Amino acid sequence: MKNPVMVASGTFGYGPEYADLVDLNQLGAIVVKGISMEPWGGNKTPRMVEVSGGLINAIGLQNPGTKGFTEKYMPFLRKYDVAVIVNIWGKTLEEYAAVAEWFDKVEGVHALEINISCPNVKAGGSSFGVHLDSTARVVSAVRAKTKLPIIPKLAPNVSDIGAFAKVCEDNGADAISLINSFPAMAIDIETRKPILANVSGGLSGPAIHPIAVKLVYEAAKAVKIPLIAIGGITSAREAIEFIIAGASAVAVGTANFTEPLTALQVVDGLSAYLTRHKMEKIQDLVRSIKL
Amino acid sequence: MRIENGTVVSHEPMGPYYRVLTLNLPEVTRTAVPGQFVHVRIAKLHDAVLRRPFSIYKVDGQQLSLLYKAVGRGTVTMQALKAGDSVSIVGPLGNGFPLTEDSGVTPVLIGGGYGVAPLYFLARRMTQRGVLFVGGSKAVDILLADDFRAIGWDVRIATDDGSVGIKGLVTVPLDAWIKAGNGKLNPEFYACGPNGMLKAVGDRAINGNWKAWLSLDRHMGCGVGACLACVQKVRLSGQETLARVCKDGPIFEAREVIWEN
Repeated sequence: MKNPVMVASGTFGYGPEYADLVDLNQLGAIVVKGISMEPWGGNKTPRMVEVSGGLINAIGLQNPGTKGFTEKYMPFLRKYDVAVIVNIWGKTLEEYAAVAEWFDKVEGVHALEINISCPNVKAGGSSFGVHLDSTARVVSAVRAKTKLPIIPKLAPNVSDIGAFAKVCEDNGADAISLINSFPAMAIDIETRKPILANVSGGLSGPAIHPIAVKLVYEAAKAVKIPLIAIGGITSAREAIEFIIAGASAVAVGTANFTEPLTALQVVDGLSAYLTRHKMEKIQDLVRSIKL
Repeated sequence: MRIENGTVVSHEPMGPYYRVLTLNLPEVTRTAVPGQFVHVRIAKLHDAVLRRPFSIYKVDGQQLSLLYKAVGRGTVTMQALKAGDSVSIVGPLGNGFPLTEDSGVTPVLIGGGYGVAPLYFLARRMTQRGVLFVGGSKAVDILLADDFRAIGWDVRIATDDGSVGIKGLVTVPLDAWIKAGNGKLNPEFYACGPNGMLKAVGDRAINGNWKAWLSLDRHMGCGVGACLACVQKVRLSGQETLARVCKDGPIFEAREVIWEN
């Protein structure tokens, strides 16, 4: 990656949607929205609600499936000088393995992010990521099917993130991304109904940033493999915070909706910070928290 | 589509409940067409992560105007904008109304409340003149009637309370007009308003074997087709699929929309 700034899965589509507004060639990586073996329709609307300092989404992993995504979007993505990381998920272990096997052979894919932590899918997603043994099984099943770098994406709602990070490292993960969105809900007080059709969803945005900082800090103490930090970045400040806590790279998510140029502003802000602090490279900043 | 910082030229009330915000936007106005919308960042609402979408009401040279009502914390905060303020805009977004070239067709616009705003932009860009049916709760909710008349449109009004025009939903005068036409009409409908109204217009168009272009309104996330928050079940080329109202829409032909309860 040319720089440590990515855009997070689910917030940047598959590439073409933001391409007129954001120069994709300046991003370190694009993490495309989660792909399953077969196309998936996702949840009923309303699928999103803004809350103070963030939003709750219950999109439900709508996606065109491995074949649809590969045919429709990979030719577009290959034109750009940006690392392409495909987020993958399945409802069963076998499906995770099958999707990994598919992308192992697709030209232009640089890594796979494994979604074991999405709060929205009843059968599959969240149940894998909140148990150590199922996490281990998914990571090793995916590891067996591909030589691409694999990056499990951790859920925040676990009691010991370090243990989850360790189990990923032990089962062959090349890096870990954290965090996915936090289970949350909102209720319309006039109708007394949940605002989301799915009742609950995942909270993202500035409100979860401090939670994410702590979890990155904890995970960094537990593993040696690189961490990609996600959670409420709206400027370079939050990205730098994550790197000091232990991340080697960061991803901008919800802020893409607020200000599409956020990721590029983070790239510039990181450079300016390094210059100001007379650091030659990001590595000098990674895990540099003073205790 | 662009991200552009527009300067507020003016911010005027329209009656007691509505406001017109005019921005100087040389980039966005260059390509904007009727039916499209812009995504506005309300900077003073600090804890808001989402922009708010507004249909384009007017484009005059490099100036773009929005017509809105304060309905939620975003629009309430927006009211404080004054001349000289800078506003970040993403736009123009969406697919726009198709303009019919056929001079034998009568354009029929149906607006509910401030749904008339994008229809005004459409009327200004059309070469033909036709009929506007506008509905609202009370007299204060009937907007732009004189502006349409000033450019040669036949305006028919309905209000729920009968304070102006016919008492009832906008479909009351619309149905009367269809009936009086006695099968000799050749209309093409363009509608913007609540879902119930859109479906009602669509049903009449399908019944009469006419086309109806419906501007759908949906809660949006990114506004550019990336997040999939604003999807609508549609039938395209015989296939049922999910369309993004912000990107594949907001304009859909009546037969494409699969309405669900």
